[in-house]
Amino acid sequence: MLEFMTILIIKTLVAFIVAILIVAYSTWIERKVLGHVQLRHGPLRVGFHGLLQPIADGVKGFFKEELIPDNADKPLFVLAPIISMGAAVTLVVLIPFGDKVTIMGREITLYLTDLDVGVLLILGISTIGSYGGILGGWSSGNKYGVIGGMRGAAQMISYELSLALALIAVVMVSGSLSLVDIVNSQTGLWNIVKQPVAFVLFIICGLAEINRTPFDMPEAEAELACGFNVEYSSMKFALFFMAEYCHMFVFAALVTTFFLGGWHGPIIDGPHWFFLKTFFMIFFCVWERSTFPRLRYDQVMSFGWKILLPIGLLNILLTGLWMLIFNI
Amino acid sequence: MGDKEYVLNISDRRPEGKYITPILKGLAYTLKNFFTKPITIRYPTERREVSDRWRGLHRLKVDDQGKLNCVACGLCAKICPSQAITIVPYEDAGGTRYPKEFVIDELRCIFCGFCQEACPKDAIELTKVYDFVDYNREDFIFDIEKLKNPEKYIFAGK
Repeated sequence: MLEFMTILIIKTLVAFIVAILIVAYSTWIERKVLGHVQLRHGPLRVGFHGLLQPIADGVKGFFKEELIPDNADKPLFVLAPIISMGAAVTLVVLIPFGDKVTIMGREITLYLTDLDVGVLLILGISTIGSYGGILGGWSSGNKYGVIGGMRGAAQMISYELSLALALIAVVMVSGSLSLVDIVNSQTGLWNIVKQPVAFVLFIICGLAEINRTPFDMPEAEAELACGFNVEYSSMKFALFFMAEYCHMFVFAALVTTFFLGGWHGPIIDGPHWFFLKTFFMIFFCVWERSTFPRLRYDQVMSFGWKILLPIGLLNILLTGLWMLIFNI
Repeated sequence: MGDKEYVLNISDRRPEGKYITPILKGLAYTLKNFFTKPITIRYPTERREVSDRWRGLHRLKVDDQGKLNCVACGLCAKICPSQAITIVPYEDAGGTRYPKEFVIDELRCIFCGFCQEACPKDAIELTKVYDFVDYNREDFIFDIEKLKNPEKYIFAGK
């Protein structure tokens, strides 16, 4: 029992630190890639090619002044970034980084938990994360904040559906709700080949879900002056910021898990493949951000309801027919 | 170019049913940019070459013996449109004139280059030094010693 607990605590710490490091360095990746796409250098001064920039930003965040607006709802105002970050970090628990390995005679799994209902829990917790944005916008007593929060809520509800529909097709093919089983079912052939429509659907809805650029309705710098986090400063703002990047990491990891075969890869299976694919997906997130302009709010909603939802339903139907005919 | 072409342009921008190719084209374009060398430079350690005709900080030229070419005729001070130049002339026993004080207020100066053109002795010129910074207004009032060596005031970063 004691040994089990020790291993679990060490694993949790390692997973948490790795996640936080990836979150910190995805801000660096974002600035660097955006810079190079725009023919700039990006951060260069702090450390080699700006590698210490995330740390410098974090230190700066701690030393900034904390402001709470007079007409803010103070308890909710403080709670909102915690919810946002908490939900984002909780999702890391479910990500399978790799298969079992043997260290010092003990068999250790490279994932924290293997829940039977992992997919459902992911959908649930990612929705809780959006409460952070809504409460933050609402409790700050700012009209931009309220509009940003409301938009975030509406968008989250619309795209959550199509996201779940895309995942249902994956679950049908893999025959399990557990993430580890889903990865194991892709040993020979990745799900991206079996379910290309679901893959595109998941990417689009996932980007909307994590509020990245073509769908960054809640933030919308130009219209809403940063939206739900407009009144936040110092470490509270940094928490929202980190939550956003943590969601990006989780999104990349989930795409890897559901569609790109997780830790499977040519030559040797292992966590290195997982991280390679995850970093490619993070790169993709930044890449598409540098390419696409923000959509109009009504366009986003009609796209979600009129196009993505029917496609998702149709995909499930076709997958079911396929499985029925070929008796898989 | 009539109104018709404008109208055509707007309707051509997004032909019906073409969504995916433009998206892929855009992604290809940004990816190409990503692998292109950045066009920005790392100022102030790297600098762009400015034109030979650049008009920056003034320099008072000296001859082989290290004496100023300036004879304190006052033409530069006269022609200066912003009255940035102050000269106190001095004539020694041998009848040689030189400036006892030659002060340029670089905050007043508009870098028109008239002083350089007016000078009959080719004693003043504008250098390519364009980024000089300091903390006080007084530091921008350049006397003879500072004007002899304006390159010293190039901003070198922290």
